Amino acid sequence: MPQLSINQRGALLSVVILIVGLLFWEAAIPPQQLATEMTEYERLMGGGSPRAAIPPPSDIFAKAWEELSNPFYDAGPNDKGIGIQIGYSIYRVLSGYLLAAAVAIPLGFLIGMSPVAYRALNPYIQVLRPISPLAWMPLALFVIRDSEASAIFVIFICSIWPMLLNTAFGVAGVRKDWVNVARTHELGAVRTAFQVILPAAAPTIVTGMRISIGIAWLVIVAAEMLVGGTGIGYYVWNEWNNLDLTSVIFSILMIGIVGMALDSAFGALQRVVAYAE
Amino acid sequence: MAKPFLSVERLTQTYPDAAGGETTVFENASFGIERGEFVCILGHSGCGKSTIMNILAGLASPTSGVVTMDGAEVSGPSLDRGVVFQNYSLLPWLSALKNVSFGVQARHKDWSKVDVEAHSRKYLAMVGLEGDVVLRKPSQLSGGMRQRVSIARAFANQPKLLLLDEPFGALDALTRGTIQEELLKVWSQTEQTVFMITHDIDEAILLADRILLMTNGPYARVAESVQITIPRPRNRTEIVEHPNYYPIRNHLVQFLGQRSKVLSGQPSGGETQTPETVVIDKTKPAGGPEPEARLRAVND
Ligand SMILES: Nc1ncnc2c1ncn2[C@@H]1O[C@H](COP(=O)(O)OP(=O)(O)O)[C@@H](O)[C@H]1O
Ligand SMILES: [Mg+2]
Repeated sequence: MPQLSINQRGALLSVVILIVGLLFWEAAIPPQQLATEMTEYERLMGGGSPRAAIPPPSDIFAKAWEELSNPFYDAGPNDKGIGIQIGYSIYRVLSGYLLAAAVAIPLGFLIGMSPVAYRALNPYIQVLRPISPLAWMPLALFVIRDSEASAIFVIFICSIWPMLLNTAFGVAGVRKDWVNVARTHELGAVRTAFQVILPAAAPTIVTGMRISIGIAWLVIVAAEMLVGGTGIGYYVWNEWNNLDLTSVIFSILMIGIVGMALDSAFGALQRVVAYAE
Repeated sequence: MAKPFLSVERLTQTYPDAAGGETTVFENASFGIERGEFVCILGHSGCGKSTIMNILAGLASPTSGVVTMDGAEVSGPSLDRGVVFQNYSLLPWLSALKNVSFGVQARHKDWSKVDVEAHSRKYLAMVGLEGDVVLRKPSQLSGGMRQRVSIARAFANQPKLLLLDEPFGALDALTRGTIQEELLKVWSQTEQTVFMITHDIDEAILLADRILLMTNGPYARVAESVQITIPRPRNRTEIVEHPNYYPIRNHLVQFLGQRSKVLSGQPSGGETQTPETVVIDKTKPAGGPEPEARLRAVND
């Protein structure tokens, strides 16, 4: 048998772990208990309903198949396809995120270029950055008076910091030699920014953007649980209220998969802007 | 007397030191460079060579004094003064070709892309870089190749003055030798005025028309201007046969080994510090006509 590459062996082991894990899970779920054998607590927690127990993986696959074969159906406010819910979440994440990028990257450039701007703005950044984005929610709801826009604002405020700090850090760290190359070639400020500083700082900036999109995706679920209405976060919460654990687990998986897709998109962008010195 | 092409007048550079006082790197330094000349400056590390070069490039401004080139005062960086830095300073995200054409485009804003690329390739070819190798990123090139790209970029812009700061300092001796000869070849085709910093005596003799010798700092001085009385074209193997080679070399070694220390640390007392011209020529019969009254013959 030919020796498998490290990648192939890793993939094989991954699949084995998955299968073993799923088999254990499937085997560990006891057959439906009779209601009479349940404790008082279990009955209160909905043990009486056949769907209240942790479902076996087979149920979840069946659920996934059902949901993914018709992801965009819309049967009223509390019954929309998973595709629509995820679509809402992605829309909110991207709106807030792009707004944040539009503010953070130019501002980061300014802070990175000017030690005065850095010193002037640093105290604010240091105070605002550690605030949990959800702590802004009540204020946002009060000021903006719109739950949709408030969710977007919360995404904006949580994704701005890594982009801002990384842009400032990347711009400030551009090698002086490269700036001197621009100067000796009489490049103006705008050309220097776009032809030298931006490509030089791009790997650091994109790293910040990747961290931000990860945080934004974490936060949107919680934000949607709070504001309700639509979105994957609301969907998880709604299914929990319905005691549909199969749907809860399925949507948790979907959150993971979308998060991974967003992250790998930025991973690809990182490879595009990377350079070796 | 007419001003030389590049004229450095009473250049002084001081820096605040750790103790709250001031260190004077050099004071009232004055010298000139003629059009088309290849001048090397030799001196120990830390004496202020890079400081002078950055001032000539317009990247730094001196504490006092002026530099004029072609009659105009140097007040900032310019495409008329090309710079080759020791660490090549190629932009690592651009290919070798793009690194050169980036400069050409900056110089000739009205040129088409095709013209810019053709011009860039021509200068890369002059330093021996042709074909697919010019499409590589700097990280995929050897140190010697990177420095060739950097030299091509500087020459391709045809600046009035080319400044090189220890361009071969990081290269191994063999590579250095080849690139020195390439530099000579390109230079002889372009009649470029060159000011180059080096700490390699043999390199300076091979390349220069004139070598400026700097004493150690603080209060460093450009103490001597040594004419290299060896005809061109020169190459590394034949140059050592010339009767002037070792006398010049010995003079330089002796300066760097001893007199650079002895002469250091003396404030100028407000005097303009001009280098003393030294001509060492063993090919002239003894007692031959002295070129100029100010010159001091050195017979070692
Ligand atoms: N920005 C600076 N601040 C303080 N001292 C400096 C600065 N730049 C250079 N120096 C000092 O000036 C002297 C000359 O430096 P430099 O021109 O780099 O020397 P060289 O190129 O001859 O080795 C050194 O002693 C160095 O420490
Ligand atoms: Mg130096």
